Amino acid sequence: MSISFDKALGIHAEALQVRSQRLEVLASNLANADTPNYKARDIDFRAALGAAEQGGALKLLRTQNGHLPVNGSGGALQTQYRVPTQPSLDGNTVDPQLEHAAFSQNAVQYQASLDFLNARFRGLRTALKGE
Amino acid sequence: MSNLFKLFDVSGSALSAQSVRLNAVASNMANAQTVSGTAEGAYRAQHPIFASVLEGVGANANTHSVQVSGILESTAPPVAEYAPHHPLADPDGYIYKPNVNVVEEMANMISASRSYENNVEVMNTTKQLLLRTLQLGQQ
Repeated sequence: MSISFDKALGIHAEALQVRSQRLEVLASNLANADTPNYKARDIDFRAALGAAEQGGALKLLRTQNGHLPVNGSGGALQTQYRVPTQPSLDGNTVDPQLEHAAFSQNAVQYQASLDFLNARFRGLRTALKGE
Repeated sequence: MSNLFKLFDVSGSALSAQSVRLNAVASNMANAQTVSGTAEGAYRAQHPIFASVLEGVGANANTHSVQVSGILESTAPPVAEYAPHHPLADPDGYIYKPNVNVVEEMANMISASRSYENNVEVMNTTKQLLLRTLQLGQQ
C-alpha cells in the first residue's frame, strides 16, 4: 500500500485554498469601504468548496470520447453580491462592521485549516519514521 | 489560484487612497481661514474621488484595489464677508472666505482614519496568516 498525498491531506488543502480566496474578496470589500458605487461581494463557502473538490470551478467540456480529461483547479470562484442592510446614497453597499466580522471569522477558520493540515503532516511523519 | 500576497497590494492601495483623503482634509482645514480679495481667488475645498480597480483577469479577478481617480474642487460659492476696513477688501467692501465646512471636514477626517486603521488590521492579519502558512508541516 502506498501513501497518496492527495488522500492523506483530505479536504483541508482545498478548504485552505477557498478560505484564502474568500479572504481576498473580504479584504477587497474593506479596502473599498469608501468607494462610490462599489458593491460588496462574498463567496458561498459550501458551494465553492464543492466546486473545488470536483477540480476547479471551471471545467473543460468533453464532447467526444477521444478528448482528454483536464484536471486541476482553475477559474475564478463564483462571487455573489451582498444584500445591503443599510444602503448608502453613494451606491456603496459595504458594511465595514459586517465585513470585519466576516474577515476575522475567515482568518480563524484559515488557521483551523492550517492546524488540520499540520496534524495530517505530523501523522504522515510518524508513519514514515515508524517509531 | 489565489495568492494572499495580493492582499498587500489591495490594502496598500486603500491606505494610500485614505492618506490622499487625509491630506485633502488637512489642506482644507489649514486654509479654512484664508482670505481673498476676489471671489475667484478664494480657496475652494478639495475632495478626492475614489474608484475601484479590478486586479487581474480570469481566475484572479476576485480582488478590487482602490485608486484616486481625481481631486475635485467644491463648486459651492465662497463666503462673502463685509469688512470694509480689511486691506484685501474689494471696492464694495467685501472679503471672500473659502467654502470649507470645518465640521464636515472633521467628520471626513474621522471616517478616513477609521478606514485606514481597518486596512492596517487587514494587513496585519494577512501577515500572520502568511507566516503561519510558511511554518506548515514544520512542527
